[in-house]
Amino acid sequence: MNIQSIVENITINIDGQDVEVPKGINIIEAVKMVGKGKEVPHYCYHPKLSVAGNCRMCMVEMGMPMRDRGTGEPILDENGVQKIGWMPKPTIGCATNASPGMHIRTNSEMVKESRNGVTEFLLINHPLDCPICDQAGECRLQEFSAEHGRGYSRFIEKKNVKPKRTTLGPRVTLDDERCILCSRCIRFSKEVAGDDVLGFVDRGTYSTLTCFPGKELSHNYSLNTVDICPVGALTSTDFRFKMRVWFLKRTHSICTESSVGANTEIWSREGKIYRITPRRNDAVNDTWMTDSGRVLYKAIESDDRLTQYTIEGVHKTVDEVAAAAVELLQAREVALVASAHSSVEEQFFYQSIAQRSGATVSLVSHYAEGDGLLLSEDRTPNLRGALVTGLIHQLPEREAKLEALARDINSGAVKTIFVVNEDLTKLGIHKEMLAKVKVIYVGTHANETSEVANVVIPSLMVYEKDGTFINQSFRVQRFKTAVPGPRGVLSDFHVLERIAAPLAQEKVAPLSIDDVWERMVSRIAQFDAAIRWSALPEEGVALDASAFLDLNFVESKNLKFDPVAFKETSAAPAETSATIATEA
Amino acid sequence: MAKTKVLERKPLSFAEKTFLPQIVTGLKTTFTSMLQKGVTLQYPEERPTIPDNYRGVPTLVKDPNGREKCVSCQLCEFVCPPKAIRITPGAIDTDAEPERAHVEKAPQEFDINMLRCIYCGLCQEVCPEEAIFLQDIFSLSGYSREEMINNKQKLYELGGTLPDKHFKWDKKKSAEAAGNAH
Repeated sequence: MNIQSIVENITINIDGQDVEVPKGINIIEAVKMVGKGKEVPHYCYHPKLSVAGNCRMCMVEMGMPMRDRGTGEPILDENGVQKIGWMPKPTIGCATNASPGMHIRTNSEMVKESRNGVTEFLLINHPLDCPICDQAGECRLQEFSAEHGRGYSRFIEKKNVKPKRTTLGPRVTLDDERCILCSRCIRFSKEVAGDDVLGFVDRGTYSTLTCFPGKELSHNYSLNTVDICPVGALTSTDFRFKMRVWFLKRTHSICTESSVGANTEIWSREGKIYRITPRRNDAVNDTWMTDSGRVLYKAIESDDRLTQYTIEGVHKTVDEVAAAAVELLQAREVALVASAHSSVEEQFFYQSIAQRSGATVSLVSHYAEGDGLLLSEDRTPNLRGALVTGLIHQLPEREAKLEALARDINSGAVKTIFVVNEDLTKLGIHKEMLAKVKVIYVGTHANETSEVANVVIPSLMVYEKDGTFINQSFRVQRFKTAVPGPRGVLSDFHVLERIAAPLAQEKVAPLSIDDVWERMVSRIAQFDAAIRWSALPEEGVALDASAFLDLNFVESKNLKFDPVAFKETSAAPAETSATIATEA
Repeated sequence: MAKTKVLERKPLSFAEKTFLPQIVTGLKTTFTSMLQKGVTLQYPEERPTIPDNYRGVPTLVKDPNGREKCVSCQLCEFVCPPKAIRITPGAIDTDAEPERAHVEKAPQEFDINMLRCIYCGLCQEVCPEEAIFLQDIFSLSGYSREEMINNKQKLYELGGTLPDKHFKWDKKKSAEAAGNAH
């Protein structure tokens, strides 16, 4: 994350302007650093993949300060300035690394000419399917054709015919006519996903992208190939013909699939989510995410969604429900079954509620096998949040069972259970046992526990509310409301405030999420006192994890997280605080 | 304050005082119009001739082979200034319509809200498939709001068939059948 301060900077000259860039960076990245919307057009280069250099779109002119070959003395012009020896032909920006004194022209006649040529060649066999192509609107070929194309084709011969509508795998459809042979998908499968299934067959204009015989693109990262495809060759079967991308609103969010906390973008239109794609965060997920994480939003529209505040199965208002919950909690002998799916803000409220009602808190683990990339062993997004907010102090048992709670119910030590989004019947507490106690259920979807619950409080899914999660490396990451929740359902912390405040004989305050943060930063040592939800940076803030290093977390090494290395760096407090300072 | 200058009105001549020249000029216009062919159109019974480039009610058309031209690219929906167009895109069922499978995409639903439409013609201009045309229907009425929303079926009824210069998709299909690949 602090690579730029470690690597030495050099000065290069881009279009007559001296720019400081890290040594060894390539020209595409260097030009991007200049800003002002300056870009070297490219197809095959991807910042997180190896350089292939086969699309030839990123041609730039390059020159080095001239030196005498014999003596090594700088050759000066009549003004005493060192002459620049321009290369006679353009060079590709992706495979040219910046070196001191290098001069680059990204907009000269020669460069424009070569881009126009490349574009014309790419369009020779292109089917011009744009009206029926899902990539239209986010297609690099479409964009660069507008910029560098000639508007008509000089190619009068017949275009190549290649396989269309090919099913590459369970989630990806391939249209070979649209493919520009950039090989990003091949490199991704090989280098990142570690499942080398794609390749080119045949030669010249007949080159065709295909799966190796007997294989299919079925790994859990296959949809990333769709994201990185610069054209419409690889398209998502799920999103196919659902909606044009220019109608979709993008909202920054966090994937809830596991404690990796992959940064995502939610694409929605008029309150309906159409797809979820990864958002670049070099400290968390690079530019990738799992396929399984992209379909989680479909639970929004499931039939068993809880949409009504109820007491004993009768619809009530939120205030009546909150009052009923308060009454049950005030009677004490309460157990809180919290959730690591709740946001940090909600866990903060649950902590207050547990404290004020004297509840014993248990949290259920959701552990499964990780894949070593972006799916960690802990399948909850916010276990660290429960620790940071003080809701729990020990990690939950590896086995998802609530034996202590079951004993307490049987012995009568617990009279009321406050359940957050868990199905107790699956955790060793049968329905007959639940009948002995009062149950307050907060959750998004109905389950057997919510059916027997005395008080049911519907809650919003991550796409429908604002909040934060703390991921495996103690990074606070923010998610925002993408779509409205079910009608009449309040954001969770508003309801929890209606329960928590009366428990302490306080007045219910009308809270904004920043107000919640104001309370949190005063109580939680890990949070910087000045920070607020609305001011959190997009890439998140790394917290001081030194208080939790003794805990035995389940995550093993994955794409951006190494538990051993993390322990070592977090144990050195000076360095950690320096990191927070630079990032905050 | 500006000073107002009062002008003396010219006194009327004798002929003007009789009003006869004015009456005669007026009657001349009356009699000329009386003898000419009438210009009033007895609308609803009589209908005006509509020029070809008239911008009437937007409709969807089919090509001479009876093929649905719209591929639901949703550009008209995007460009429509009053947001009158609403399309639900969908895939063509390859098994049900194998002869149309190469087009891949067609609208499932296509609604134009004629209470919103401003007859600007941008949808016709933007259509890459020449599937939507503002034709000669200019008078539209209904008893309810729902009636004023033209659905896909109604739009094709209103649109009918128009000649096609390109037969783009037929060419594509024959190229696919010929298999230009080696």
